[in-house]
Amino acid sequence: MLSEAAANEIKEIRKRYATARSCIMPCLYVVQREYGYITEEGMREIAKILGVQPVLVFEVSTFYTMYNKKPVGKYHVQVCTNISCSILDGEHIVDVISRKLGIKVKETTPDKKFTLSTVECLGSCGTAPMMQINDKYYENLNDAKVEDILNGLR
Amino acid sequence: MFEPVLLKNINMPDSYKLTSYMSSGGYQALKKALEMTPDSLIQMVKDSGLRGRGGAGFSTGLKWSFIPKDPTLQKYLCCNADEGEPGTFKDRAIIEYDPHQLIEGMVIASYAIGADTSYIYIRGEFSLGADRLEDAIKEAYQKNYLGKNILGTKFSHDIYVHRGAGAYICGEETALLESIEGRRALPRIKPPFPAHVGLFGKPTVINNVETLACIPHIVNRGAAWFASIGPAKSPGPKLFGISGSVNKPGLYELPMGTPLREIIFTHAGGIRPGKKLKAVIPGGVSAPMLTEKDLDTPMDFDSLAAKGTMLGSGAVVVIDDSMCIVKAALITHEFFHHESCGKCTPCREGLDWIVKVMRRIEHGQGKEGDMELLKKLCVDIFGRTFCPLGDGAVMALRGAFNNFTEEFEYHIKNKRCMVNGNR
Repeated sequence: MLSEAAANEIKEIRKRYATARSCIMPCLYVVQREYGYITEEGMREIAKILGVQPVLVFEVSTFYTMYNKKPVGKYHVQVCTNISCSILDGEHIVDVISRKLGIKVKETTPDKKFTLSTVECLGSCGTAPMMQINDKYYENLNDAKVEDILNGLR
Repeated sequence: MFEPVLLKNINMPDSYKLTSYMSSGGYQALKKALEMTPDSLIQMVKDSGLRGRGGAGFSTGLKWSFIPKDPTLQKYLCCNADEGEPGTFKDRAIIEYDPHQLIEGMVIASYAIGADTSYIYIRGEFSLGADRLEDAIKEAYQKNYLGKNILGTKFSHDIYVHRGAGAYICGEETALLESIEGRRALPRIKPPFPAHVGLFGKPTVINNVETLACIPHIVNRGAAWFASIGPAKSPGPKLFGISGSVNKPGLYELPMGTPLREIIFTHAGGIRPGKKLKAVIPGGVSAPMLTEKDLDTPMDFDSLAAKGTMLGSGAVVVIDDSMCIVKAALITHEFFHHESCGKCTPCREGLDWIVKVMRRIEHGQGKEGDMELLKKLCVDIFGRTFCPLGDGAVMALRGAFNNFTEEFEYHIKNKRCMVNGNR
């Protein structure tokens, strides 16, 4: 069950839009925060509160990549491998993190602390190579910096 | 030295707060605009020559003028802050460091077109930016720059932030509308254009962040001032984001029409030590690449179009001689393939096929005839889709082909890369 605070938040969200359906995206973020990822139960709760068919929530959740359909680690490490980061060897940054954490891309450490992903451009090309961990950007990366950042999160 | 307009506040302490914005003349333009008629505002923006900074370069004033004048109709403004074109990081700077500049531009634009509500569609990854916008909006409400009867006039306006969730296609204006409506972001067919049937079926203007940020300056300093900066047909200050193999990558505000050579060598400090310039993508990855011979091209909409490429978002990506163009093209097309929304068959299936062929060429398994196959796939995708995503992918690939045919051929024939040090 969604917490009362979350249910109230959804009611606030409803005031911002002309239609209930428009609230689906912000509500999915609420569910992701509450449960750690997008659960079927959470999606059904959204549908019920908004009064829309559950399928309308399901189809939105599968279209957008930032809704995690599976649990991710406490720290979701997302490294950009698009063009500007690749020119400055973003792939090497992926290797460094992969070795350090002992996991491959798309894997989570056994202690559920870190998930490693590669992502498309995050709009931080002037400070490449870069990565995002949860909501935070880490820019102008090199081996030593990556080492420090990950050690700081342990 | 060009005096910054859009980035003038960016180095102030707490530049994102209302107090900082006010200290440099913030919200004066809103006061001035509310004393004008909406029609004279639209005329002013038309006269300024401002063209959309999101990539298409359409006249902003003209776009506003397409909105029906009927006062009984609900209208919307949407700010496109779904900055996702690889290489682009300009709107993020405005959003994070000067959100009030954007908000002021949005209130003026909304007044001009008669919209009582607007949405800022910000890409989901820009969490800091979205938080700063929400805070700035709260501050603006407190001072009655937003809300009911703004500054004692009859005009009321609300702004809401809508966070995306990781889909490049949402930067396409009709996909953006679908996304705000809570659907999968599949582009709509045009016509009808959003100016007539937009958000929730109502007349809607969609403008890029940088475009809207220009508005307060045009109102404050006049259309003639704006039109006097840079080339007559695409004037104004422009944010150029320079990334890749340069000594001083970053965001530079320069007059539209600044030559590419000056941007790379004077402002961005030239190519990294020990490397040579090989190719430049002038406007985000959809823009076909240029080479050394094109460096004197002025960076504006028309001059780049004449070179068969585009200004796009003004994102300059510099590629040096240690980078394999086949690899660069593969990275680019993996991106387009990943981001295709899947609605139109030529884009969905065509990009999948292109990526498969590109991967085998890159990994030394290319076959004779692969070049012809790729060229044919380009023909089959181009112009056959609802939105320009497929076209962008084709243009990027053709740009790589046309300039670096021998690298593709070498890869296919010798099963390896002709660039030293690459696999």
